[in-house]
Amino acid sequence: MKGSHLAAALAGALSFLLTGLSFAPAQDMDTERAIERYRQMLKEDPWSNPALLDADRGETLWTTPRGPKNVSLEGCDLGKGPGVVEGAFAELPRYFADADKVMDLETRLLWCMESLQGFNRADLVKRPHPAGGQPVKELGAIATYIASKSNGMTFAAKLDQPKEREAVALGEALFARRSGPFDFACATCHAEEGRRIRLQALPQLSKPEEARKVVGEWPAYRVSSTHVMTMQHRLYDCFWQMRMPELELGSDVSVALIAYLVKTAQGGEIAAPGLKR
Amino acid sequence: MRAIAALAFALVAAPATAQDKPAVPAEKVEAAVKAAFPNPAPEWQARLHPDETMKACSAHDNAPPPALAEAIQARERAKIEYPADGQFMGDWRRGERLAQSGYGMRFTDYPPRNPNGGNCYACHQLTKQELSYGTIGPSLLGYGRIKEFSPEAVKAAYEKIANPHATLPCSLMPRFGSNKILTIEQVKDLVALLMDKDSPVNN
Repeated sequence: MKGSHLAAALAGALSFLLTGLSFAPAQDMDTERAIERYRQMLKEDPWSNPALLDADRGETLWTTPRGPKNVSLEGCDLGKGPGVVEGAFAELPRYFADADKVMDLETRLLWCMESLQGFNRADLVKRPHPAGGQPVKELGAIATYIASKSNGMTFAAKLDQPKEREAVALGEALFARRSGPFDFACATCHAEEGRRIRLQALPQLSKPEEARKVVGEWPAYRVSSTHVMTMQHRLYDCFWQMRMPELELGSDVSVALIAYLVKTAQGGEIAAPGLKR
Repeated sequence: MRAIAALAFALVAAPATAQDKPAVPAEKVEAAVKAAFPNPAPEWQARLHPDETMKACSAHDNAPPPALAEAIQARERAKIEYPADGQFMGDWRRGERLAQSGYGMRFTDYPPRNPNGGNCYACHQLTKQELSYGTIGPSLLGYGRIKEFSPEAVKAAYEKIANPHATLPCSLMPRFGSNKILTIEQVKDLVALLMDKDSPVNN
C-alpha cells in the first residue's frame, strides 16, 4: 500500500516537472494547483514523501561505522547526550562547549563527522549540496533523518546563552545587510507581507507568524529539483540568486541566519521533512 | 514633492522590531561574511562588502533620515551614465526579452552564455500577456500611457533603471546601470518597453 502511494506520488512529481518546463502562465497556475493537490495527498499519507527515502538512508549512515576512524555517529552529541536523536533537532541551534561554538544541525553533523569519524572537513565542504536531480549528499541525508525525529514537535531552542544571543543578533544583522552587484539582502524579498517573486509567494521571515509556518518544513523534498534540500542548501541557493559567491557549509553566516530564523519561528511546529515547490 | 518622498520612504521602510537586541559591531559582521564566502575570485571581492550607500540603507532598514537620504540621492545621481547620443529609448522587443530573463552574474553564469537580464517580471507587473509576475515592486502596467509618454518621463525612467537611488534613496531595486548589470543600450531597451507607444506595456 505504502509502495503504491509512493509510486503515485513520484509519478505525480514527474508530471509537475514536465508542466514546470513550460513557461506559459496558465500552466504555472496549473502547476501551483497540482502541487497543492500533491501536498494534500502527503497530508493524507505522510509516507508518500520521497524525502523519507533519504531519511532512511540517513539513519543507516548514522548507525554505520564510517570514516578513517571507522566509528558510527552514535557517539555524536546533538545536545541531548551522545547518540540521542529523538527531539534533538527541535532544540537546535545551540551552544556546544566542546566546539565552543553555536551550531545548527548540519554544522554539528559536520563537526561530528570530522572530529569523531576523522573525515576531512575540506572534502565535506567542497561540494556539499546536490545538483538538480541528484540525491542529497550524505550529510544532508543524515540531517533529514535527524530532523524527521523531531517531526510534530515545536521549535524549542532557547537561544538565551550569551553566544546564542550573539548568533541570533548576527543573523538579524545579516538578514538586513545588502551587498553584491544587485544590492540584495534577505529582507529585500522576505521583510514584507504578501509579496510574490513571479508567482511564488514569499514568506515574511521577520514575522513570527509566517516564520513558524515555513521554517519547520526544512529539510524538504523540492519538487522542482527532485531532491531533498537542507536548510543550509536553501540559504546557499538564496545567496546564489543574490549574486553572492558560494556560501560555505557550516559557516558562521549559515549558523547565524538559521539561529535568527529559528528564534523567529520559536513555538512553530516542525513538519520535517517537508515538501516544497 | 517632499510629501511624496516621505510616503515613498514609508513604503520601503521595514517594520521596526520592538525586541531588545545586542548590537553586533560592523567589523564582526564583515569578518563573518568574509569567512563564509572563502576564496572568491579577485573580481568578486567587491561583492562581499557593501558600499557607502548600502551600508547606510541596511543600517536604517531602508528608511534613511532626510539628511542622509539627500546625501545618498546626490551620490547616486552622480553615478548615472547617460547615452552619448542623448537617446533614451531603444527597442521594446529586446526590452521585453530582457524583462523576462533572470540570467547573469550568478556563480553558475560564468563564463557568460547569454547577455545579463533585467528580470523585471520577478518583481513587477508589466504587460497583460505575462501573468507570471512578482509584486515586490509596483505594477508598471500602462506606465508610459499614465505618464503621457512625456520626454521628461522617458528620461526619468532611464535614470530610475540606471540608478533607482537617485530618485528613491534606499529603493529595493538593483542599480542596473551604475552597478554594471546592464549596458546603456540594454537600459534603453527597457525604457522603450515602458515608454514606447507600441509596447505591450501600453496596449
